[in-house]
Amino acid sequence: MSLLSVNNLGVARRKRDIFRNVSFNVGSGEFVGLIGPNGAGKTTLMRAALGLISATGHSNLASLDPELRALKAAWMPQAREVVWPVSVETLVAIGRIPYLPAGSKLNQVDQASVDVAIKRMGLEGFRQRIVTRLSGGEQARVLIARMLAQETPLLMADEPIAGLDPANQITTMEVFASLAKEGRAVIASLHDLGLAVRHCTRLILLGEYGVVADGSPTEVLIPENLARIFGVTAWYEQTPQGAVYQPLEVIG
Amino acid sequence: MKPLFLALSLFLLLFALFISSLLVGPAGIGINDSFSGLFFGDKGPLTLVMREIRLPRALVGVMLGISLGLSGAAMQGYLRNPLAEPGLIGVSASAALGAVLAIQTGLSAVFALGLPLMALGGAFVAVLFILVLAGPRSSSITLILAGIAISAMAGALTSLVLNISPNPFAANEIIFWMMGSLADRSMVHVWLALPLMLLGWGMLATLGRGLDALTLGEDAAEALGIRLNRLRLTLIFGTACVIGAATAVAGTVGFVGLVVPHILRPLVGARPSHLLWASALGGAVMILAADIAVRVALPGQELKLGVLTALVGAPLFLHLIFKTRKESA
Repeated sequence: MSLLSVNNLGVARRKRDIFRNVSFNVGSGEFVGLIGPNGAGKTTLMRAALGLISATGHSNLASLDPELRALKAAWMPQAREVVWPVSVETLVAIGRIPYLPAGSKLNQVDQASVDVAIKRMGLEGFRQRIVTRLSGGEQARVLIARMLAQETPLLMADEPIAGLDPANQITTMEVFASLAKEGRAVIASLHDLGLAVRHCTRLILLGEYGVVADGSPTEVLIPENLARIFGVTAWYEQTPQGAVYQPLEVIG
Repeated sequence: MKPLFLALSLFLLLFALFISSLLVGPAGIGINDSFSGLFFGDKGPLTLVMREIRLPRALVGVMLGISLGLSGAAMQGYLRNPLAEPGLIGVSASAALGAVLAIQTGLSAVFALGLPLMALGGAFVAVLFILVLAGPRSSSITLILAGIAISAMAGALTSLVLNISPNPFAANEIIFWMMGSLADRSMVHVWLALPLMLLGWGMLATLGRGLDALTLGEDAAEALGIRLNRLRLTLIFGTACVIGAATAVAGTVGFVGLVVPHILRPLVGARPSHLLWASALGGAVMILAADIAVRVALPGQELKLGVLTALVGAPLFLHLIFKTRKESA
């Protein structure tokens, strides 16, 4: 089943195209890594697909009412903004807002979703801690838990693992992969190609004002694409411990 | 602190201050006489003092406090800045300009409601400007900039009126009015302000959910299904209603909308939605306490309410800044 379907999506800013004619579908069970160099338009593409910025073309999420869209897709922006010194539990509960009519409190279902999200991100010991006093990596995990509590079929995250330590990077990627296995879908923009290869079911490579390649990690990360889009070479091998992918040096 | 406990404490405090406010005054009436005058009207002077002077004063105080506290909490929540205050969108400065014009032209002298009505007119003009400058499809930054521009313009025009005023008595009256006060308010003021304030309170009270979501920033809030344009318009109209009406009946009273949400934030776990009702109650508590202090501190000479709230509010605010600095260090 298709959870996100964009057709001929294009965004221009100050008369300059960021990307154009982008079309793809994301269905349940997929963990899509959105990759591309800085400035390729990864963030812009996800925001346009959600309908947070105006764009040409069509996206099924952008055409929904905001209230309904919040039940279909969760979004974690790159800027990990937490303004007020609220507790971890309070912040994760913000993810339940789409289910709450104005002024009502969390019911048992909401509370259960919050508990599951907190457990899944390994935050049980942090429940009553103040989010703004946590470290950057811990804050990122709290914000991911907030997204999980929203319990949407599709999750979209902008560089969710940037700034996390290796253990938490792997754990987070495993959480996303297991969500996909449960029948949901995840789209995450990533810069760590090694983790992308190991955990994502599919990669979309952005560059040159559009989608350069779209497919399984091995199809997308071929040497020509790497050289042309990222300007790097890489070492790749299937090992008994899974795929290992290591960018090596800058070309030219 | 449990929300219910906090609400109950604030409510009891407010009730006690309301009763005290009814009992304090130059007429020096005893407790029993006060309440028999208030409840069992006998057309005597006691009833007159209680019903026409003290009761409206206390009521306007509560209404003013709720308005300042609630709109302050909403404004800080929307702008995601603990330094925001309800005057930021330029409504209070414009309402003050309207009132100043009423005093200067002598309208307030010939027609008792001239001043509050002109103040409401000033607030209305400010809302029109803010809608043109920061209407649909703009951001919180545009709202701040538009508010600063409108405040500056209204302030400059107020200064101009003072500057060219040929009448020193009018100038004197203007300056005293601008300090804010609850003295000599009548039930007419209550009935004039109450409908607008009720409307504004109702609008601001609906913002809790959206303000909670805004804890994560505008992008995340929008993706949580919050319509930011609608939220901003509700905030502007609600704040304009309560602050316009408050300025019309009590002058400009500063610092309450800024300090009260700041003091209460830690007590509600920093949740913007809980801060709304807590600040409304806390604002009323602060205004009533300040208005009692004004009457007790210098009984012969009327100390202005706005002067006292600033005198108490500014050091309190400094203390909070030092506390925050210590925590972040």
